[in-house]
Amino acid sequence: MTHKEISKILNARIISGAGGEEIDYQHAFASDLMSDVLTIDSENLILITGLSNLQAVRTAEMSDISCIIIVRGKKASEEMVQLSIENRITLIECDYTMFKTCGLLYQAGLKPLY
Amino acid sequence: MQFEYKIMGGDFANAGHASSEIKKILKQINVDPKIIKKVVVALYEAEVNVCAHAYAGKVQIEITPEKIEVVVSDKGPGIPDIELAMQEGFSTASPAVREMGFGAGMGLPNIKKNTDFLDIQSTVGKGTSVKFVNYLA
Repeated sequence: MTHKEISKILNARIISGAGGEEIDYQHAFASDLMSDVLTIDSENLILITGLSNLQAVRTAEMSDISCIIIVRGKKASEEMVQLSIENRITLIECDYTMFKTCGLLYQAGLKPLY
Repeated sequence: MQFEYKIMGGDFANAGHASSEIKKILKQINVDPKIIKKVVVALYEAEVNVCAHAYAGKVQIEITPEKIEVVVSDKGPGIPDIELAMQEGFSTASPAVREMGFGAGMGLPNIKKNTDFLDIQSTVGKGTSVKFVNYLA
C-alpha cells in the first residue's frame, strides 16, 4: 500500500513525503509509546501514533520507519516536518481516532507485526 | 575514528542529535544496516535517559574496524539500584518525560537487547556512565 493510497483511505493529508512514493507498505504498528516502538525489529513499516512531537520523528529515524501517521487531528510542527524531510520520512496527518485509523487500514490489507 | 557530543538534561528538542549524526557516519562507512539500527537505537535510548534524568552529559564514540564502542556519561542523580533499573517496566521518569512517549521502563533493557556488551556504573548524587559495544565482525 502506497502513502497515496493510505491518505485516500483515511481522508488524510500528506505533509511531507518526497522520495517515499514508491514504497509498498505491508505492516503497521500503532503506539503512543516510543519506548515500545524502539523495541521493534521490523523495517519499512508504518507508525500510527497520537504523539505529535519531535521524538516521534526521531524514533522513526532510529527505527528505520519511513512513514508516520499522526492521528486524532493533531498537527505536525514545523520542526517535525523539517526533520522528516531531512530523513525522507513521510508524515501524514489524519483526523480519525487511532482505533478508526487502524481499523480502516487493517480492512484495506495492512498487516500487524504480531 | 572518535566522536564526542554534548547532551543537556531536559533538552528534549535535541535528544537524538548524536544518534542521528552517528547513523549518517556509519552509513557512509558502509556498516551493516542491522548493526547500525542496533547502535543508534541503543544510543538514542541512552540520550533520552540523560535528557530525562540528568543535568548534563556527553556521548563518546569510538569506531574501529572491529567494533563500535559508546560511552554515555552524565552528571545527575545516579541510579541507586542498577539491577532494579534493568527490569522492564521499572521507571522513575517524570510525567513530562512520559508525555514525550518515554519513561515506560524499557530504555536500559532495550540497550542491553541491542548491544553485545553493556556496563553501567553509577554513583548516587554524582552521575551514571553507560558503556556499550557492538562488534562489527
